[in-house]
Formats: sequence, C-alpha cells, structure tokens
Amino acid sequence: MSLWSRMTNVFRGDGLNREIDEELEAHLTEATAQGRDPIEARRAFGSTLRHRERSRDVRLFTWLESLRADAIFGWRRLYKTKVTSAAAILSLALAIGACTSAFRLIDALLWRPLPVANPDRLYDLSRQGIGPEGKPQTFDGWAYPAFELMRTAVKGQAELIAVSYAEPVDLTYKSDAEIEKAYLQYVSGWMFNSLGIRPALGRVFTENDDLKPGAHPYAVLSHDYWTHRFGQDPNIIGRTFHMGNDLYEIVGVADAPFSGTEPGTMVDIFVPTMMHPAVTHKDETWHRTLAVVNDGAALEPMRQKLEATSRGFEEERAKGFSGMSQEIIENFLNQKLLLEHAGTGVSDLQSGTRQPLAVLAVLVALVLLIACANVANLMTAQAAARSREMAVRVSIGGGRWRLMQLVLVQSAWLALLAAAIGTLFAWWSGPFVVSMINPPDNPARLLLPADRRVLGFGVALALGVTLLFGLAPALRASAVNPVSALKGGEDPHSRRRLMHVLIAVQVAFCFLVLFVAGLFVTTFERLTHQPTGFSADRLLVLDTVAKQPQPQEFWDQVAEHLRSVPGVESVALADQPLLGGFSWNNSVSINGGPPSATLTYMRGVSPGWLDTMEIPLLDGRDFRLSDTHPGAAIVNQAFAKTYFDGQDPVEKPFELAMDEGVRLKYQIVGLAADVRYRDMREPILPQLYVPFRSVDAGGDSRKKGSGVFLVRTSMASPRALAGVLRDEVPRARPEFRVSRVRTQLEINQSHTVRERLLATLAMFFAIVALLLAGIGLYGVMHYSVLQRRREIGIRIAVGAQAGGIARLVTLDVFAMVIVGAVAGLALGMASVRYVESLFYQVRATDLQMLALPAVAILAGALLAALRPVIQAVRIDPASMLRAE
Amino acid sequence: MAKPDSLQGSMDLLVLKILSRRPGLHGYAIMTAIQDISGEVLRVEEGSLYPALHRMEEAGWIHAEWITKETGRRARLYELTAAGKKQLGAEQSRWQAVTLAVNRVLREA
Repeated sequence: MSLWSRMTNVFRGDGLNREIDEELEAHLTEATAQGRDPIEARRAFGSTLRHRERSRDVRLFTWLESLRADAIFGWRRLYKTKVTSAAAILSLALAIGACTSAFRLIDALLWRPLPVANPDRLYDLSRQGIGPEGKPQTFDGWAYPAFELMRTAVKGQAELIAVSYAEPVDLTYKSDAEIEKAYLQYVSGWMFNSLGIRPALGRVFTENDDLKPGAHPYAVLSHDYWTHRFGQDPNIIGRTFHMGNDLYEIVGVADAPFSGTEPGTMVDIFVPTMMHPAVTHKDETWHRTLAVVNDGAALEPMRQKLEATSRGFEEERAKGFSGMSQEIIENFLNQKLLLEHAGTGVSDLQSGTRQPLAVLAVLVALVLLIACANVANLMTAQAAARSREMAVRVSIGGGRWRLMQLVLVQSAWLALLAAAIGTLFAWWSGPFVVSMINPPDNPARLLLPADRRVLGFGVALALGVTLLFGLAPALRASAVNPVSALKGGEDPHSRRRLMHVLIAVQVAFCFLVLFVAGLFVTTFERLTHQPTGFSADRLLVLDTVAKQPQPQEFWDQVAEHLRSVPGVESVALADQPLLGGFSWNNSVSINGGPPSATLTYMRGVSPGWLDTMEIPLLDGRDFRLSDTHPGAAIVNQAFAKTYFDGQDPVEKPFELAMDEGVRLKYQIVGLAADVRYRDMREPILPQLYVPFRSVDAGGDSRKKGSGVFLVRTSMASPRALAGVLRDEVPRARPEFRVSRVRTQLEINQSHTVRERLLATLAMFFAIVALLLAGIGLYGVMHYSVLQRRREIGIRIAVGAQAGGIARLVTLDVFAMVIVGAVAGLALGMASVRYVESLFYQVRATDLQMLALPAVAILAGALLAALRPVIQAVRIDPASMLRAE
Repeated sequence: MAKPDSLQGSMDLLVLKILSRRPGLHGYAIMTAIQDISGEVLRVEEGSLYPALHRMEEAGWIHAEWITKETGRRARLYELTAAGKKQLGAEQSRWQAVTLAVNRVLREA
C-alpha cells in the first residue's frame, strides 16, 4: 500500500506540497492559539521549506519524482525544437521499423522453432556429393522404398517421417467447374503422433492410415485452411473432394498453429504418403525424410547406419544404370548422408533466402547506425547550447548522475517515439516484403506473429538505440566543468571533433550501403536484360490437363481450334514451357559410344513451336506432324558444340542412353539457336527438342494426360485473352481443361523475383542512408557556422573573400567525408566477398561500382553544404558583432 | 533542558506510545504531550516532528486523517495502526534492553 502511495504521490506533487504545508501551518496556528508568540513559534519551528522537502522525500520515490521531472523537461525541450525533433524521430522510426521488420521476417523464417512437441530432436536427412553436372550438390529428396529400409534400420533410436515437398494441387469440392488450388503435403501417418500434433476436430492420421499404396483416401486439414476456406465449419468431417481421379474424405483438422514443416509454405491439406502415385517407385525422389531422434541416441552411429542402408539400396538400383557414364554413377553412390538439425523446419525458401536476408539485415542495421549517429550529433549540438544550463545545474548542486539522467531521458523520449512509429512501419512492411519474396502466382505464406520474441527485440532495440546515441552526450553533460563552461568553454572544438568522427562513420556506412545496393541493382539489371533466346512478348502459357490420357490427334485438334480464336497469332504445344522449372535430361551417345558425362536437356514440342517461340532455326527443318519421339530431333548450338565439336549436326544420328541398356535412336533434322532452359544465371545448356508426339517400342502413338499450349496473341496484354482461351479449350474437346494460365513474361520474371526484391530494398535503404547522411552533414555544418559566426564575422570584417569563408566552413567536414568514404570502400571490399554468390556479371572491383557511391555521396555532401555556406557568407559583421 | 539530540532513536517510541494511549492527536498535541508528560525534560524539535510522522505513516505504523474542528480550522489527526502496535511492542522491548544494559554499565563499571 505504502509502495503504491509513494508511487502515486509522484504524480500529485503539487497536491502533496499543499497538504504538507497546510499541516505545518496548522501547527503554527495551534501554537499561537495556545498563547505562544507567533514570531517565537515560527523561529522555534525552523525552515518550513526544509521540513516540507524532508517530508516529501519520505512520502514519495524521489528517483521516480526526478525521472518524472526530467521526462517533462525532456519533452518540453523536444517540443521546443519541433522540426529537428520530428526529423530525428522519423529517421530513427524508419530505421527501427526496418530493423524490427527484418527481425520478424528472419525470425519467422529461419529462427523460430516449429510448433511441434520436440523441435530440438528433429533432423533432416540429405545427401551431399558431386551431382550429374559435375558440381557439388546437396539434395534432401528420397525415394519411398529407400525410406522404408532406413526407417527399419534405425527403429528404436529414431522415428523417420516422410513428408513430400508441399505443392499446389487442383481439387474440387463439388463439380469440375469449380477447380481450386490448395497446398498439399503427403505425410507419413505416424507424423502427427511423432510430432505431438493433436486434432482440433475429428482425428489425425495414425500408422494405420499409411499401410497400403492407394488404399487410404483420407485427408486432414490444417487449422489455417479450415479457418480461411471453411470458416471453421464443425461439419467438415466426412466431406469429400476430388483430386485427380481419387475421391478423398476429410477425417479431421490438425490443431493450430501447425501448418507443415516448410516455413514459407502453409500446407492446407495432409494426405497419407501411401496415396502418392510414386510411393512404390525406386527411382523417384519426391519426399524429404525427417528424423525424430530419441533422447540420448548417438547421432554419428545412426548417420552411418542410415548411410550404409541408403548406399546399399542405391547400389542395388545402380545395377540397372546403363544410361549413365561410370563417373556419374560413382559420384552418385559416393554421396555422404547428412543428418542436419531441422528444429526450425526445412524449406527451399529458407535455403534460398538465408543469404539475401542476412544482407538485408546488415543493410538495415547500417541504416539504423547512420540514423543513430544523426541523432547523436543533434543531441551533441543541443548539449553545446545547453552547456551553460548544465554548468548552472552543477554549480547549484545538481548531481552528475542527475545530469546524465536528464540527457538520457531525453534520448529515451526520442527512442520511444521512434519505436512506436517504427512498430507501425514494421507492422505494414513485414507482410509486404513476404508477399514479394516469391512470384505472385505462388506467394510465400509465413506466420508473422507479434509475440514476446518480437516485443522483446523491439524493447531491446529501443534501449540499445537510446544508449547508442544518448550515452556520449550524457557523459559529456555530466563531465561539464562549471567554472570554464560559464566562462565560455575551454575547448570550443571538442564537440565538433566528436561530431566529425560521427560524420566519418556515417559516410563510411552510407558508402557501404550504396555500394552494395549498386551491386544488387546492377545484378538485377544484367539478369533481366539477359537474352533468353526467345520472345516472351504477348505469349500465353496454358497448362492443360485431361482426366484420362488423350491421343495425339485430340491435342492437335485443340491446338487447331485455338488458332481460330480472334486475337491469336500462332499456337504450339509442348510438354512444359521454357524456364518453367521442369528439367528433363539424359545422357547422349554418339556413334554408339558410352553415355556422355554431360547431360543434354530435353523438351517435347510440336511442329511450329520454334516459330511461336520466335527461336531462329539456323539449319535444317522444323518438325512435321509425322515426326515422332524417338526418331527426329532438333538440337541447339550448345548441343552441337558439346557433342559434335561445333560442326553442323544436321542429318547426323545419335542415341539417348536409357537404363536397362535401352538406346533410343534419333536423326537430327534441325539446328536451333540457343535459348535459356532452366535458369538465367547458368551457361547455356546443351538442348534437344523432340516431337511432342511420342511412340512406344511397338511404334504406337502414346496418349498424354498433360501438356502446355503456347499461344502468341496479337494483344499488347495477353492476359486479356486468358478467360476466352480457358473456355475455348474444353469447347474444342470436352476431355481437356486448362488448369493454369500464365504469361511467359511472368515465368521469366519469376527467376529474378528475389533479385528484384533485393535490388528494390537495397535501393530503398541506399536512398534513406544517403538522405540521413546528407541531413547529418547539413546539421554539423550548420552547427559549426552557428558556433563560429563571431569568428566568421570578424574574418569578413577584415576582408575575407566568400571562397575563403566557404572553405573555412566546409574543409573539415569534407575531409571527414573523404576519410569516411575511404573507410567505407575498404569495408565494402572486405565484406563483399561473403555475398559474391548473389551477384551476376558484376564485380566489386568494377570502377563503375565504386564511382557510383562516391559520386552520390559527394553530390549529397555538396548539396548539404550549400545552405550553411550561404549562411556563413551572408553573415553581416556589423550586426553580428553588435549583437555580441 | 535536554538537547533535541537526546531524543535520537526514541522519537518513534515516544510518538507511538503517546498515540497508543490517546488516539486522534494532531502534531502539535503530540509534541505538547511529550513535553508535558516528561515534565518538560524531553523537548521535540518542532519541525522535525513532521518528517518523522510522515515517515511512520509511510511505514504503515500510524494512520492520518484530516478533520475540521468546531473552530473551522482543519487538523491532521494521527492514530496507531495494527502494525504500529506491533512496532510499539518491539521498540519498547528494545528500549528496555538498552536502558538495562546502560544501567548495568553504570552500576558495575
């Protein structure tokens, strides 16, 4: 109770004073009433002021009281210099907001443990070795039969769980007309039990739901999907949906917040692994293998056991590998099995964005430091103006600690206000950045909770920032020497020196941010202007599926029908679009030789595909309707260079080396120009086009269940035709339907989406950094002019020229700018090699890359110097000296 | 006349004791009570009384209340609380222990 009253008394200071005074007054009145002489009574009583102060100290927390006084005083000081305070707060808010936002993102994606019972005992199995392209690679995909062997091998020490790569699938709840997309993951039935995930409704899978291939058409929904798709409908259990040819029954909803093991993808529907079409295939690696390791189990022996099991499985399988060179097979078998901790989940988004996010974190931290340096300079300048006030405070008995507190409280005000605004900024910017990580048709979905972790980070950041920019001015204030300060200060340059050091630091960081931003922007520029070899203008890509595989003639009929649609220029058919993310490769054998170590990359295409894609045919002819796969082939220049030493390959035969000793024979009918197949960064791959029409060993035409129509439109925005084409496909043949419409441009851009994000954000921070550094420079020069106006006035009075005055004002600062820029350059050179893999066709040592930030900073500095110099030159010595 | 210093350490005891006998006194009355009962030997420095009272109030030993007297003047009256009664007991036994010890020294030294 007393604690509380001492606290509340702080906030009723005046009332408390009045109450104490009244009681003391009552004492004197009583004394007089008792017949004492009023003057004698007053003298006997002593100083009422002193008694009141002592009583006050007893009745409230003095520290809290002084804090309150300082807070009010600090607020008034900030309010008095509204514009500078607002600028300081806003720049700091931007920096704090960006930092908090970056933290939220990084925490949510990389650091936050999965919401499962035992994240500390969760591991991911992967294999590391030399890939078929001769480069080191790590891959965590597994074939289910190998998984089963490994699971048995470590039974009792760890439980292995298979989880497929979550992917969007087409499904319908009612009729086929209402196809919708949902993210689906095939999971081991025992996953829920092993990870301690309970049902929110109905039941989750058990081991019994995952026994026989194709026999368990059941689904468990994630809580998030149940909420946003079904509004938490309690009657969801027992509902069914169609996926492909299967009918699945919903048996339960998994408890929140579990939504799969891949941060960045939120799984909507879980189905048992036994329902995966490739569950019995030994050669299809379609799922990750997670291990929940038992308490106390030794990892290394377990890893070795798993490696031996996996190798045994692959050795057995490799006996049938006749389509690969011996080297590729050796490398494949010699892979090392890795058992890596996966308490925070495993996803491609994690591995793909770890480095960019680290770069961003460093950039925002630098911007924060620049903002802090600005505020520190501001506070130092203010402290200079207050040195007399401080001296007076010390003279009349203000403690050093109180003076420090006074300055620190003012810093805390700035930090607090900035943190509040920064939080709002982070609130908005976090989800915004997440939405830009992935292409728009496949957005990353990430839980960005604002919980204790984020709050703790925000508070720590605000405190740290307060100390960072508040401590130096506070120490200075407390170290004030009243005698010399009241006489006018002993060393008028000491404050400027601190400010100059901060300027150099600011410029160094600013240079670094600009430098890195320049590299990212250039990388993005070079990548987007990288020729693809084909034209993506006005090109639509229709992913088309049929319930049952359909004969080639039906596919051709649809293509023919689409050609008649108004606005369509040409139509071609292919198995997949270029750059669409699907690779199909094989070893080639020339003149009956052994399978090549270099793989060739394949695409099945219809006649007219080259025309539609606008890929030049350099020699030979295009496919005809009668050409088949295997049989005819068109190759690219890289293919000719790799396998025919650059000679014209047209009319030459070759074979594709398949497993089990099968060789497919081809005759090259045409030579096409190089195009990008898979990626914008890698060298052009040897490519091979085969007819979409394929025949089996007996020569009968194969039926196909999926393909893409490539439609070159005459519309500037091809999307306008998307709806029409979607309707026209089933009109041509009712067996077909379009599952997805993309533009080729979107597909191309999806390869640079992260580079674009990185370039955009880096550019944004570069502008902010430059702006802040400019404001900082301006502030320091402005302050220096103010401080030296007497000196300048005298110089002008004795005939100094404008140029001399300008030099006087700017020389020190520009020297600092150069020192800072050189330091920034050194920092940049030293650090840039850690992020080199993010760059494309650009080197840190390119002159242009170094000149750009230097010029930007110099221009910024000149701009910032303009006003102070004009101010200095315009000082009127007469009025200036009279004012003194 | 004893110096105010002689009250050092015993002010709390005296105030608590007075209030335990005569609840509802204001500061001036407490002061005169101490002087009267001690036969003018003990004098309270007038101003120091109030910080002491306020300290004891914050400690929760005594409780104060404003009243308006018939004369129209306001006065702040003090009363012992339960915690104050306990404190009084403790202070009393401490005081007795000290005086006993001092007496023994005077007697036997």
